Amino acid sequence: MRPKTIGAKSAYVDVGGAPAARTATTEPGQADDRGWGERHPGTVLVFLLAVLGIVAFAALMLGRYIIPPETVAAVILGSVLPIEETWSSTAASAVVNVRIPRIIAGLLVGAGLAISGASFQGMFRNPLVSSQILGVAAGAGFGAAIGILLFDSLAVVQILSFVFGLLAVGMAYGLSRVRSSTPILMLVLSGIVIASLFSALTSMVKYVADPMNKMPAIVFWLLGSLNHVSTSDLLVLGPIIAVSILGLLAVRWRINVLTMGDEEARALGVNTERLKVIIILLATVITAAAVCMSGIIGWIGLVIPHMGRMLVGPDNRYLLPISVLLGGAFLIAVDTVARTAAPAEIPIGILTAIIGAPIFAILLRRNNPGW
Amino acid sequence: MRSISVEGITFNYPGRRAVFTEITLAVEEGDVYSLLGPNGTGKSTLLKCMAGLISPSQGRILLDGREITGMQPYEIARRVGFVPQTQVSPFPFRVRDIVLMGRASHLNAFATPSAKDDAIAADALAHVGISHLADRPCTAISGGEWQLVLIARAIAQRPRTLLLDEPTSHLDLGNQMRVLDVIRGLAEEGMTIVVATHFPDHALLTSSRVAILKDQRIIAMGSPDVVIREDTMRQAYGTDVRIMHLGDPINRRICVPVAEAFQRGEL
Repeated sequence: MRPKTIGAKSAYVDVGGAPAARTATTEPGQADDRGWGERHPGTVLVFLLAVLGIVAFAALMLGRYIIPPETVAAVILGSVLPIEETWSSTAASAVVNVRIPRIIAGLLVGAGLAISGASFQGMFRNPLVSSQILGVAAGAGFGAAIGILLFDSLAVVQILSFVFGLLAVGMAYGLSRVRSSTPILMLVLSGIVIASLFSALTSMVKYVADPMNKMPAIVFWLLGSLNHVSTSDLLVLGPIIAVSILGLLAVRWRINVLTMGDEEARALGVNTERLKVIIILLATVITAAAVCMSGIIGWIGLVIPHMGRMLVGPDNRYLLPISVLLGGAFLIAVDTVARTAAPAEIPIGILTAIIGAPIFAILLRRNNPGW
Repeated sequence: MRSISVEGITFNYPGRRAVFTEITLAVEEGDVYSLLGPNGTGKSTLLKCMAGLISPSQGRILLDGREITGMQPYEIARRVGFVPQTQVSPFPFRVRDIVLMGRASHLNAFATPSAKDDAIAADALAHVGISHLADRPCTAISGGEWQLVLIARAIAQRPRTLLLDEPTSHLDLGNQMRVLDVIRGLAEEGMTIVVATHFPDHALLTSSRVAILKDQRIIAMGSPDVVIREDTMRQAYGTDVRIMHLGDPINRRICVPVAEAFQRGEL
């Protein structure tokens, strides 16, 4: 070992006659150009946690029936502490039975779609993909459409939606296998093929559906809404989404390594095929569960990771937790708008696109994120 | 001790003719082994076989005496660091985070790097002399700096052998020498090194052993003084070179193209 010599040798990189070529790009004093958030990801995380709390509390107050903050607080405290009931049963019912389940659903779906999108962007090495790239939403949408067409039970619709979501991704994955590996480009192309196949099938179902009641039901489902989320949905799907989110959080640093590309990640000692299967499986389960709970809600998986990257940079160790909080807060906020802005509820998929597209456009124009 | 033993390997991509056939070579511990040869003769392919990234269709490769095909990616990565040809990340990761990725083979699938891993990454950066770049986005550094980042990342793996795929190919003269200097420093510390290169002169500068690949096989192999000769270079590259000795104070052999045919307008 001769670290001393190496140190001495390396000095000529910084000083002396040689460094002309490198100083062109490396000016002293410019060593750390990271934004504030990238240097303090922990603080950003705490701040977003507070934002999430505030948004959730506001969502509990707002609705067709506005409940004052002290009543909301009293109802929540009253459910765990023995407080004298000073509030109306209507207020209690609105908070406990309607708004809390809906807010939890919004949190899970928003957080789940955001972290799936962020993970897929890392895995595909492309900041323009979301978890729908492999056809999960198209498949789940088709499952829901035939469910609505052929059966009258919401449970059957949800099960079909979940199953077809997984099936579509399974097909895309199978199609992309080349000699026991799954090249990223093949995955993308297979995903596009499968997604268009299932959207065509969905169109077919819409075409044959009864235009008076079945077709509007299918269309409304495809536009997405947290309107029909029930407590039993949450009890079944909630843990599935939550566990899958934890799973993605657990491999978040490995996703960093995967962004270097398959071959390099393997050279660094990562079992890339296994890691890709884990990520695809978790993101797909999250997205399929989200679709069967709330229909197809676009844009979150694309926009939220971008906002996250602008806050804390590209390191998935921080980006993934940040995406969870941002996505949850965003969807709760949008859902509150969806149920308060107009006399009839606005489908949330329309709102996320109307809000998401301009935000995305502004972010792209204002910042050159460097990818 | 033998570090890498390549025993009669043939490699072909499916449906195409073999890149090389029945190649045998042995990398001893402490070697700086240069692979020379014209474009497309499979220098990179051979390195990737040695790194376990692709499998030869025939023959076998032993790493520290164990057959590489039976090893997990993390087992290979702890023994062999692979420095690929320049390819920049699509995301503006900080240089220190890129180097930290070298720790992947030492961490389980659900772990994030510890302070100890951070320290090892920082050491690796200092080792190649680019500590000042630690906080810069990897998308905003020069090609020479990126090459050093990749070498630092491989050092952070703490391997005993380093495979480098054309580390000097896209660099200016100064950066070429900087990279070679780092390679020589690592060799002096006892790292075994295999490097694919387009520059016979770089092989003369750094190597203890050289092999020349041409037309699917090794046409010459041995110490640089024996292998890098005017006739073998002409055979390998199809152009005339002169090998000369520069006297004091430089005192080394150099290999330069003659370019007479070029001057006569025949090339």
